[in-house]
Amino acid sequence: MTDIKKTDRPADTPPAGPEAIRAVPVRHYGRYVAAIVALGILGLLIWAFANGDINWGAIPDYFFNDRILTGVRETLLLTVLSMLIGIVGGVVLAVMRLSKNPVTSSIAWFYIWFFRGTPVLVQLFVWFNLGFVFEYINLGPVYKDEWSDFMTPFLTALLGLGLNEAAYMAEICRAGLLAVDEGQTEAAHALGMSHSKTLRRIVIPQAMRVIVPPTGNEVINMLKTTSLVAAVQYYELLRFAQDIGTTSGATVEMLFLAAAWYLILTSVLSVGQYYIERYYARGSSRQLPPTPWQRVRTHLTSLSSRKGVAA
Amino acid sequence: MTTAMVKAEGVHKSFGHVQVLKGIDLEVKSGEVFCLIGPSGSGKSTFLRCINHLEKVNAGRLYVDGELVGYRQKGDKLYELKDSEVALKRRDIGMVFQRFNLFPHMTALENVIEAPVQVKGVSKAQARERAMQLLDRVGLGDKAGSYPSQLSGGQQQRVAIARALAMDPKLMLFDEPTSALDPELVGDVLDVMRDLAESGMTMVVVTHEMGFAREVGDSLVFMDGGVVVESGNPREVLTNPQHERTQSFLSKVL
Repeated sequence: MTDIKKTDRPADTPPAGPEAIRAVPVRHYGRYVAAIVALGILGLLIWAFANGDINWGAIPDYFFNDRILTGVRETLLLTVLSMLIGIVGGVVLAVMRLSKNPVTSSIAWFYIWFFRGTPVLVQLFVWFNLGFVFEYINLGPVYKDEWSDFMTPFLTALLGLGLNEAAYMAEICRAGLLAVDEGQTEAAHALGMSHSKTLRRIVIPQAMRVIVPPTGNEVINMLKTTSLVAAVQYYELLRFAQDIGTTSGATVEMLFLAAAWYLILTSVLSVGQYYIERYYARGSSRQLPPTPWQRVRTHLTSLSSRKGVAA
Repeated sequence: MTTAMVKAEGVHKSFGHVQVLKGIDLEVKSGEVFCLIGPSGSGKSTFLRCINHLEKVNAGRLYVDGELVGYRQKGDKLYELKDSEVALKRRDIGMVFQRFNLFPHMTALENVIEAPVQVKGVSKAQARERAMQLLDRVGLGDKAGSYPSQLSGGQQQRVAIARALAMDPKLMLFDEPTSALDPELVGDVLDVMRDLAESGMTMVVVTHEMGFAREVGDSLVFMDGGVVVESGNPREVLTNPQHERTQSFLSKVL
């Protein structure tokens, strides 16, 4: 606190040391020009959209519509569950890929090769149509049903998205595991820890720092990719919005509405990502970066203390 | 007193085509401080790592406390030990690394209690109590809650020693424990090691600290090119080296 007060001393009291340099700063005229051009283009765009043949009033009317909210819920549910499959599968595949066992590492390699090498939309269609290959699903005494009854749109969507995601997450996890210093594994082994304990207690927590940022990216990607499952008859945000669009006649408006919802959801997820990254940074940086809220608070307290000095 | 804690018979080790150890014979007695010195690349660190099976021996026999390292002998056949069996033997051998290798995502205290809790199944409260004793012993009782990145190199190394001691090892291996430290921090770590030696711990120390070897060491081996060139009492070897190679090495480092 005392430090802050010293540096915040009003400019008219001269510092005790040598005279501070007072130079004319470089003027960046280019910035002003760029700002004016950008604002101009933005204004034109707003003008164009405002005068277009769009019924803007329809968007707030339907923004909290029951079906839209159901769609948001379904989209979130699908995102969370697919990512869960993706992350768990990804970790398992990455460990398998790095294993000394040639069988498991080949299986992981093949899985990643296949699921990364085909479009997710095609995979969704394949899951949807697997009934042509398997007429029945028969898990002995546990479960038996016709494939078409078993493979609901929800399960199709979940498997299609989750298993595809696992292939990508596997590569992200592998990069994270490889980024941890080998000395860590050696130290753990020297203490008598087993391979699995070393992995779970020492290597994976450190790998998380490398894994979390791209995973956040994947979650946001997944949220948007869920819009593809409309193709396999699963109703989520985009599908509901389109439906409302066709029945109410506000087709384009409902697309804007869906876009707005997607933006809101991805923004919320970005905030969550920031806090998770902060959690896994502990120990690696001497001081954790302040949370946005902490930043606002220090700003406020420094403002009030400055007022106190002035008064 | 004369039982051998470590016994090496013609130990060979190669990485690909490079032969690093070319037949090491030596014996570390229980309770003694055994110093390994030599130029870099002489194989002393590799030999140390063979003792707790971080490196696999290619030929020869290596025994710790009378038991073969990494293998089980039945008749005249050798069977490789399972990972879990190797891990079981490593519990009794503490190791301190040149680069400390503390777990950066854990505080000093968590580093020390990790192995007793996870490996030996000691209760957390009990492990914590013991860990605080050990941290006090290495002079870092007040740093228990600090993360490694908040500690100096010397402090990190002392935490690493406490971490190894927490498993109550019968043998401690030190792999150039002071080589990565600022000169003024070396003393603190050596003090801890001296204290440990006085308590009767069997220690194998790879080091460039000739002063430590002379004062604390009970035996000393000079290695070069993967073989033992000269061995004996540290004070005698260091002041009156017999072998020409030892003489030229010591004239450079002393």
